[in-house]
Amino acid sequence: MDARLLRQARATAPHLAACVLLGVLGAACVLAQAALLAHAIAALTVPFSLLAVVAARAVLAWGREVAAHRAAADVTSQLRARLLERLTTGRPAQACSGELTALVTRGVDALDPYFSGYLPQLALAVIVPVAIVGALAQADLLSAVIVLVTLPLIPLFGALIGMCAAARTRRQWRTLELLAGHFADVVAGLPTLKAFGRADAQARQIARVAGEHRRATGATLKLAFCSALVLEIAATLSVALVAVSVGLRLVSGSLPFETALFVLILAPEAYLPLRQAAAQFHAGQEGVAAADRILSVLTPPPASGDPSVDPSLRPPPQPPRKGRPSASGRIQADEIVVAHPGREPVGPYSLTLEPGTLTALTGTSGIGKSTLIAVLLGFTRPATGRVLAGGEALDAGADADWRRQIAWVPQRPFFFAGTIADNIALAVPDAPGDAVRRAAAATGVLDITALDARLAPGGAGLSAGERQRVALARAALRCDLLGTPLLILDEPTAHLDVLTEIETTEILLRLARGRTALIVTHRRTLLDRADQVVALEPAALTGPPVRV
Amino acid sequence: MTTAVRFGAAVAAGAGALGCGIGLLATSAWLISRAAQHPPVLYLMVAIVAVRAFGFGRGALRYVERLVSHDAALRVQARTRVRVFTRLAAITPALPHAAPVRAGASDAAPGTGPASDGPLGLVLDNAEGVADRWLRGVLPMASAGLAGAAAVALEGWLLPAAGAVLLAALLTGGVLAPWLAQRGARRAAGRAAAGRAELSARTTEALHGLPELTAYGALPARLADLRRADARVTASAARSAWTAGLGSGLTTLATGGAVLGALALGVPAVRDGRLETVLLAVIVLTPLAAFEAVGALSDAAQRLLRARTDAARVRHALATPAPVTDPDAPRPLPAPARGHHLRVDGVTARWPGAGTDALAEPALTLDLPPGRRLMITGPNGSGKSTLAAVLARLLDYRGSITLDGTELRDLAGGDVRRVIGLCGQDAHLFDTTVAENVRLARPAASDADVAAALRRAGLGGWLDALPDGLATRVGEHGTAVSGGERQRLALARALLAGVPILILDEPDAHLDEATAGTVLIGLLAAARDRTVVLISHRDAVPGADPVLRHVDELHTLGPLAR
Repeated sequence: MDARLLRQARATAPHLAACVLLGVLGAACVLAQAALLAHAIAALTVPFSLLAVVAARAVLAWGREVAAHRAAADVTSQLRARLLERLTTGRPAQACSGELTALVTRGVDALDPYFSGYLPQLALAVIVPVAIVGALAQADLLSAVIVLVTLPLIPLFGALIGMCAAARTRRQWRTLELLAGHFADVVAGLPTLKAFGRADAQARQIARVAGEHRRATGATLKLAFCSALVLEIAATLSVALVAVSVGLRLVSGSLPFETALFVLILAPEAYLPLRQAAAQFHAGQEGVAAADRILSVLTPPPASGDPSVDPSLRPPPQPPRKGRPSASGRIQADEIVVAHPGREPVGPYSLTLEPGTLTALTGTSGIGKSTLIAVLLGFTRPATGRVLAGGEALDAGADADWRRQIAWVPQRPFFFAGTIADNIALAVPDAPGDAVRRAAAATGVLDITALDARLAPGGAGLSAGERQRVALARAALRCDLLGTPLLILDEPTAHLDVLTEIETTEILLRLARGRTALIVTHRRTLLDRADQVVALEPAALTGPPVRV
Repeated sequence: MTTAVRFGAAVAAGAGALGCGIGLLATSAWLISRAAQHPPVLYLMVAIVAVRAFGFGRGALRYVERLVSHDAALRVQARTRVRVFTRLAAITPALPHAAPVRAGASDAAPGTGPASDGPLGLVLDNAEGVADRWLRGVLPMASAGLAGAAAVALEGWLLPAAGAVLLAALLTGGVLAPWLAQRGARRAAGRAAAGRAELSARTTEALHGLPELTAYGALPARLADLRRADARVTASAARSAWTAGLGSGLTTLATGGAVLGALALGVPAVRDGRLETVLLAVIVLTPLAAFEAVGALSDAAQRLLRARTDAARVRHALATPAPVTDPDAPRPLPAPARGHHLRVDGVTARWPGAGTDALAEPALTLDLPPGRRLMITGPNGSGKSTLAAVLARLLDYRGSITLDGTELRDLAGGDVRRVIGLCGQDAHLFDTTVAENVRLARPAASDADVAAALRRAGLGGWLDALPDGLATRVGEHGTAVSGGERQRLALARALLAGVPILILDEPDAHLDEATAGTVLIGLLAAARDRTVVLISHRDAVPGADPVLRHVDELHTLGPLAR
């Protein structure tokens, strides 16, 4: 696991190596300090070299921490970038679920303590005890044997208990995610719950779920802390054993006082790195669990298919490039069927858009109008059927090229926090300011708000009609700057009152002039102006398009 | 057992564990020093037993401390979550805005929230932060303080000057170093937190807007933007690492200083005879063990700092004013024999935090005897949804609204909503089965009742086509359900609830025109003898709109001057 994760974030290796090296040098200082102290107490002197050793230890401790934190910052940054790349390019263009979004933000942050604390400490926990046992063996073999016997017990028991706890931790991480999903659901549905007087009941439910979570976590922790218990007892009890053993041999005179002191000072240090690693055990476990989920998204699943992984995360095949589909020619969708897992397939639907005409697409709610548009945009691949544009079939390899020829406004446009101008300019990256102003003027945005007015996330603060105008301004900007031959609007006048609807209709008809336009609508005002009305009807009943 | 007692027990156990560590090293040092004088072994027996007891006690006490403290912290977390949720429920629908949401059609739900991270962040992250503050902040500090005091007392008893040195060193390593680290980290952490929140919000935004970003070819620029934000976060994390490391270095220095100080004071004291020889090792080695307590403090201080924001957010949310306050002594719900009578005589309402009235109809008079059907239309922004919220007692109003002669504001909100049911336009579909989604309106309803409600709401055909019928799940945010079906599901809830007065807030918002007419007429029929206030953006032309034949009265709200 570690290796796979490290491969995803190579740049961090120098920092991790520096971290371990500084830790080893620190261990050397510990040895020197123990020897000097033992000598000082036995000989009743105050050596000044002790001062230098203490200073060196401080500098090394500081450096080690800096290196560790930098390593963590680098790794999480790289993983975020990788995940984003994977989620935005390697899958169909759908809005990501809350779960995946949480993985990119909070999921990656969970790795921070893993890399800044657990991993470097783990390396030290292997190197330092070996060095100290070596030094102990030089001084007093029996003490070295006591430490050597108890030391492996710690990782051994730790691994045994850890194995039991790991499965539980992973389950718990999953439970936590479900819990988060539940909370998200309930908080989003609060107005509904309140309207039906169920908010109080839901508060009790939350208390219950949170209580269950506490008990489940408590049970996991009871087990996880057992390894810490073994560690603590093994570490302190063996120091006690060493102390008693050297004490008794001192009485019989078989051991010099200075050596006994050296052993006593050094013995706890052998366990220290292990104890520190164990203190971060939980961070380590959480990191491993988070890493697994991240890797399951980053690394394509094996061909047999892991059912827990969304198959749509696999990269689309890249067929060889052929002729370029052109939106300027006739656009023809033939017998399109779209399959959604777990739902009735949509279609077969056929549709022909003649160049320069306005087509209105109607059909009852849920019949698949938006799905058909997703196919035309190349977001969804039909299970059967194909789309021809200017005689060339749409294919995955040319999606970006194809979409450059389309101005599209979805049913629920997306707005981000920023100015109105930024939100319009989204439609054409690097659009000049005067073009944005032109688009805003053409769609009546300027009549309602200033271009530098700031929008809250989600477009809050604008009414439905105002939002629609800003969204249309995006389409206008694309038509203006890119000369997109195809205009696709999904229910542009739904949710609008009559007056706003009439205004909006005029704006979009101006926009559609001279272009191939496909508009999903049920409004009479728009239907009357269409060259062609296509009504989608349930499976297999679709005949030739109705001409109005 | 109260939480305070639990935390107290955890502190005692933690301090005891640290004390055992100090006792172990101090007793061992004495044991060895005494043994070096070759006394009869009998003289060492007490020390030998003590050393072993300390060795065992430490692990056991540490285990107890961990269990008790984690349990207490999880309790705090659960309690905070419930408190925050209860408060959010009280202030709904004027909820703090969630971070990026898909733009929905809603001219209601205004207001800026108490937290930029939205209500969900409060329930999840901030509640966790509040618990963390105790578990990883306050507790280690209290334990370390007690154990450190014990070590200083021991040292001071043996050699007062050494005690003073240890105290100074512990304060340096345990208080000054974390304080310095925290002071240095505060600015960096503030920047990092702001940067992180921004990065997180922008990432979420980009992932939600993925279809449009892809369609507009704006994705590369957005990703580059995110990479820059990420680089800023990474850079500030590196800066804060520098200062965090500084604290750790200073603590190591203080440890060495304490040991050196004890040695420098102890050696002359032994030579002068002020200190027994056997005790020199004790005063030199005790500081080594005492500093183990201090090691956790730097981290604890940083945790406290981070949790402070969480605590502030939770406090702020809990203090957010409610859009509606229940009377101290609500009047009993009237129970007229012949159905409820609703009257509106001029009403004005404003959402908390908003600068202007969302609804201003001082001349509006509505008289709704039992069974009356009223349709309200009006342009976007005229306050239709706000009126719906006012009638459902979700928002305070000025003017007069009476239910059977009793002013609405004199009744408990819960009581009002048992009589007046609101079927909101953005009805939420919960991530559960169809049956549970409808049943929430009346938990005691049977499956047959639920199915009947669905059929009356016009979803009979849809229900029959579902693969698992009532047990079919509707996915995250009801994505497997179309806009029209979602509205009808919401209506089915209201029908199941059986409220005598129904407020239908734009049930036709997501329906095509033909379906909308059918659905509205169907809804009005399904409502049977209930009083209905139907809010719609419909172009309700008298004589032309068939829906109007099914209502008794049409009222158009005037547009507000913006």
